[in-house]
Amino acid sequence: MKKELKIPLIESGTVIDHIEPGNAVKVLHILGIPKKSTSVVSVAMNVKSRMGRKDIVKIENRELDPNEVDKIALIAPKATINIIRNYSVAEKHRVELTDEVVGIVCCSNPTCISNSKEPVKSRFKVICKDPLKIRCYYCEREPDDVSERII
Amino acid sequence: MNFKGRDIISIKDFSKKEINYILEYAEKMTPYAKGEKHKEFLKGKILSSLFFEPSTRTRLSFESSMNRLGGKVIGFSDPSGTSQKKGESLADTIRMADSYSDAIVMRHPQEGAARLAAEFANSPVLNGGDGAGSHPTQCLLDLFTIKTEKKRIGKKKIILLGDLKYGRTVHSLAYALSLYGAELTFVSPPTLKMPKEVIDECNELGVEPVQTSILEKAIKDADVLYATRIQKERFPDAEEYNRVVGSYKINNELLKNANENLIIMHPLPRVTEIDPEVDSTTHALYFKQAFNGIPVRMALLNLVMGGSL
Repeated sequence: MKKELKIPLIESGTVIDHIEPGNAVKVLHILGIPKKSTSVVSVAMNVKSRMGRKDIVKIENRELDPNEVDKIALIAPKATINIIRNYSVAEKHRVELTDEVVGIVCCSNPTCISNSKEPVKSRFKVICKDPLKIRCYYCEREPDDVSERII
Repeated sequence: MNFKGRDIISIKDFSKKEINYILEYAEKMTPYAKGEKHKEFLKGKILSSLFFEPSTRTRLSFESSMNRLGGKVIGFSDPSGTSQKKGESLADTIRMADSYSDAIVMRHPQEGAARLAAEFANSPVLNGGDGAGSHPTQCLLDLFTIKTEKKRIGKKKIILLGDLKYGRTVHSLAYALSLYGAELTFVSPPTLKMPKEVIDECNELGVEPVQTSILEKAIKDADVLYATRIQKERFPDAEEYNRVVGSYKINNELLKNANENLIIMHPLPRVTEIDPEVDSTTHALYFKQAFNGIPVRMALLNLVMGGSL
């Protein structure tokens, strides 16, 4: 049987591959799609692959910056980012969750000092990468749903 | 062990070895805390005492400790007369106090405030309570009290009673007692149970706390009963508070079932949870516990400001 691509190749932009099934929508949310973007975006969910099912997001004419990649690492830690130029993969890298998450997630505790007007960025220590568990550097609270707290 | 310049923000910043060192140091400070011996360990040093929230014991005992050590105290106990009311950030207030003094002790209504202050101050910051967050010096004086009275902390049967959900002292204390391998029982109304993350931390340290709402049963073989006030100010809604206030009352009737060596501790202020008739029994240790704030805070101030002993 002839293999067919579920989503056509893109000329340039970013392909986010190996997203855990069901998390593609969260990836779109943290990238501000569609609100902050006019790019053509294709989403495939529950696609079969050698390593089980996965979601894929293709964004045309937009290359993700490191800050966006850091955000993706929080909700799709096994994802790969492919930068496409002229229909070829120009760069490929895995997202990497660092030991500290700065300025990306806001604390779930409304009375945490990091949620006030103080001149500091939110800061979390990564306690566990799988399943993801992060702890606020300031108030030591651990948010339940990190994807809901991404700034 | 060198503590000079170190911040005291959370008990979790300290290893068991470091905590033991502080407790031993506090024991050596006791005659000075009682006024039996005198030495100006911190002569010429200034402590900023910044209390953005009301406090009696913590503020007075820090100030008394600094005076006993021969140092001076500046600061405020009510932020209404300060630039905070004009909208100044905490970071700026701290920068200013830092330039006026050699160490800062602070209490603030927001969790994480002391950690933030430590980022902006060059001199050491001591956390005197940050909202519903940490209160490490209370935790250290509680450990000091148990160790002094019971000779050890590990293997002792310790009950934490009352508001275990919102009470800041019990969260740090449960963690610290678990470091020592104490046998913990948490007694609270069902709606004020110890948060799961605190229990998880105890488990990670090899302690499996028992949870119950019945004090009468738990008290029978306990070595320490640590009672806390159900704090109205921490409740998001008044109805929830009204449902649970007065859930427990420690009185002589209850204590008939207790181990004769049981000690009762309380971070104070108490309201209705301990009947005054208990004060004259050998079980009552809460006033001595409050005094223990002095040697422990003297030890901490002397250590972080580099005084000799």
